[in-house]
Amino acid sequence: MEENIKIEIKDFSFLYHKKQVIHNLNLKIHKNEITSFFGPANGGVTTLLRSLNRLFELNHDTHTKGDILIDGKSIFDPDSSVTELRRKVGMVFEIPAPLPISIFDNVAYGPRLKKKKSKSEINDVVEQALKQAALWDDVKDRLKAPAMSLSGGQQQRLCIARVLALQPEVIMLDRACSGLDPISTAKIEESLFQLKEEFTIVIAPHNVQQAIRISDRAAFMLMGHLIEAGTSDEVFGSPKDQRTNDYITGRFG
Amino acid sequence: MKKFKENLPGHIFLLLALSSISALALITGFIVVRGAPIITDVGLKDFAFGMSWAPSLEEYGIFPMIIGTVAVSLGAALIGVPIGICCSIFLSEFAPPFITAIFRPAIQLLAGIPSVVYGFWGLIFIVPFIRDYLGGPGLSILAASIILAIMILPTVISISEVSLLALPKQYKEGALALGLTHWQTIRIVMLPAAKSGIVAAVILGIGRAIGETMAVIMIVGNAVAMPESILDPVRTLTTNIGIEMGYATGVHQEALFATGIVLFIVIMILNATAQYIVSSGKQARGKERQKS
Ligand SMILES: Nc1ncnc2c1ncn2[C@@H]1O[C@H](COP(=O)(O)OP(=O)(O)OP(=O)(O)O)[C@@H](O)[C@H]1O
Ligand SMILES: [Mg+2]
Repeated sequence: MEENIKIEIKDFSFLYHKKQVIHNLNLKIHKNEITSFFGPANGGVTTLLRSLNRLFELNHDTHTKGDILIDGKSIFDPDSSVTELRRKVGMVFEIPAPLPISIFDNVAYGPRLKKKKSKSEINDVVEQALKQAALWDDVKDRLKAPAMSLSGGQQQRLCIARVLALQPEVIMLDRACSGLDPISTAKIEESLFQLKEEFTIVIAPHNVQQAIRISDRAAFMLMGHLIEAGTSDEVFGSPKDQRTNDYITGRFG
Repeated sequence: MKKFKENLPGHIFLLLALSSISALALITGFIVVRGAPIITDVGLKDFAFGMSWAPSLEEYGIFPMIIGTVAVSLGAALIGVPIGICCSIFLSEFAPPFITAIFRPAIQLLAGIPSVVYGFWGLIFIVPFIRDYLGGPGLSILAASIILAIMILPTVISISEVSLLALPKQYKEGALALGLTHWQTIRIVMLPAAKSGIVAAVILGIGRAIGETMAVIMIVGNAVAMPESILDPVRTLTTNIGIEMGYATGVHQEALFATGIVLFIVIMILNATAQYIVSSGKQARGKERQKS
C-alpha cells in the first residue's frame, strides 16, 4: 500500500431503498491533499460523503456494498466505533447550522465531551480552531455572543472551526461555500490551503471554478458513476472522457 | 357599496370572532360580578388564607383547598411530566415508524376518554390499591395525582414531541457528525434547543391538572382539611365548586364564584406564562432562520 493513501474506497455501492445511487466506486484519497468530487446534481456526492462518516445510517432502509478503508481499516468493521469514526472524519454541511448558544460554546462543546479537559486547555483548543478557520480575528472580542449573530459566511467558518476543534484527520465539506459571497469563499479556501498541510480534505465544490481553484485531485461523478478521477491537471487540463470535458467546459446536457 | 361587498367575508368572520371573545368576556364578567362582593366582605386575606370552610357558620376560608389543588397538581406533574417527556423523546427519536403509528393515535385516544371514566377507574383500581398497600382511606392526594398524571400525558407528550420534531434537522446531523452519541445529541443539543416548547408542554399539562374536576371529585376524598401526608384526602378548588354549587345559595354561592375567580387567575397566569415561553422560543429560532 502506498504510504500517502488516507482513504480507499473499494467497489463501493450505495442503495436507498432499492434505488442504487452509487455504482461500484473505486478511488484512493491522498493525505495532505484536497480531493474534490464534482458533477451535476444528484450525482451521489453528498451520499458518498455521508458514507465516509457513516452518517447515512440515520436514514432508514439504506444498503451498502463494497468497502471503505481509512488508514487500511474498514469503517464498517463491526468492532469499530462510529463516534470515533465521526471524530476522525469531520463534516461541514451545505447549510451552516450553529447551535443557538454562544460562539465559544459552539466550538467548545465537542472537545468538552471528548476527554476530561481543563478550562484552559479548552480555551486553547477553541482559539486554535477559530484561528485555523480564519474566524478568530472576527470574533475574538465577542466569544460570548450568540452564534446566530454572525453572518452566513462567519457561521460557516464557525462550523468549520467546531469540526477542527475535535482535531480530526479528515475534513469533508459538502458545498460549504454555496451560500457565501466571494470574499467569505476566498477566506475559506485560503484556510483550506493551510489546513491541508495537516489534514486530508474532501470537498464537494459548489462549482467547477472552485474545483479548479482548490483541488489537488478531482473526481467527476455522474448519476452515481465515477466517470474519471485523477490529479487536477489531468482532470481539468486534459480530461479523458468526453462527458467530463463537456461538463467542465459548460456544454453539458 | 362595492367595497363593502368585497369586504363582506371579512366582516362576517369578524362578527363570529367577536362572538367567541364576548363569550369569554361574559363568563369572566359574570364570575367577577358574582364573586367579588364576598372577597371584599370577608377580605381577600381571610378568604384566601382562611383555614376554615364552613358555609353554615358563614366561614369561607379556602386555604386548605388551595393547598389541596397545589398538592394534587404538583403530584400529577411529578409523576406525569418525566414520563411524558421520556415518551416524547422515545416517539421522536427512538421508536421505529410502526411503533409511532400505534403510539400516536393511542395517546390521542387517551385525551378523548371522558374524565368521569378516569375517575371511575381510579376509584375501582387505584383507591383500593392505595388503601390496602399504603394505608389511609385510599381516597387521597396520591390517588388523584396518579389519575391526573395519566390525564395530562397527552398534552405533555404531544406538545413536547412537536417541539422536538420541529428542530432543524441540521442540529441533530451536525452533532452526530461531530461524533456525539445519539443520547448525547439528545441531551446536549436537542433538549436544550426544544426547551421552550417542552416547558410550555409542562405548564399546559399542569393547567389541565388544576382545572380537572370530575375525576378528582371521585377519588380525592373531598375533606376540607389540611393534609398531613399524600395519603390524606383533600378538597381542591375545582371540586369545591363542583360539589357545592348544586345546593348553594346566597353568600355561599358567592363564595363559590369567588373560588372560581381564584382558579381563573391561576390558570390565566399559567397559560400566559406558557404563551410567553413558546413565543420567545419561536422568536429566537426565527432570528436564526433569517440569518442562515
Ligand atoms: N434520503 C434519501 N432517500 C432516497 N433517495 C435519496 C435520499 N437522499 C438522496 N437520494 C437520492 O440519491 C441520489 C444522489 O443524491 P445526492 O444528494 O447524493 O447527490 P448529490 O451529488 O449530492 O446532488 P446535489 O448536487 O444535488 O447535491 C439522488 O438521486 C437523490 O434523489
Ligand atoms: Mg449534495
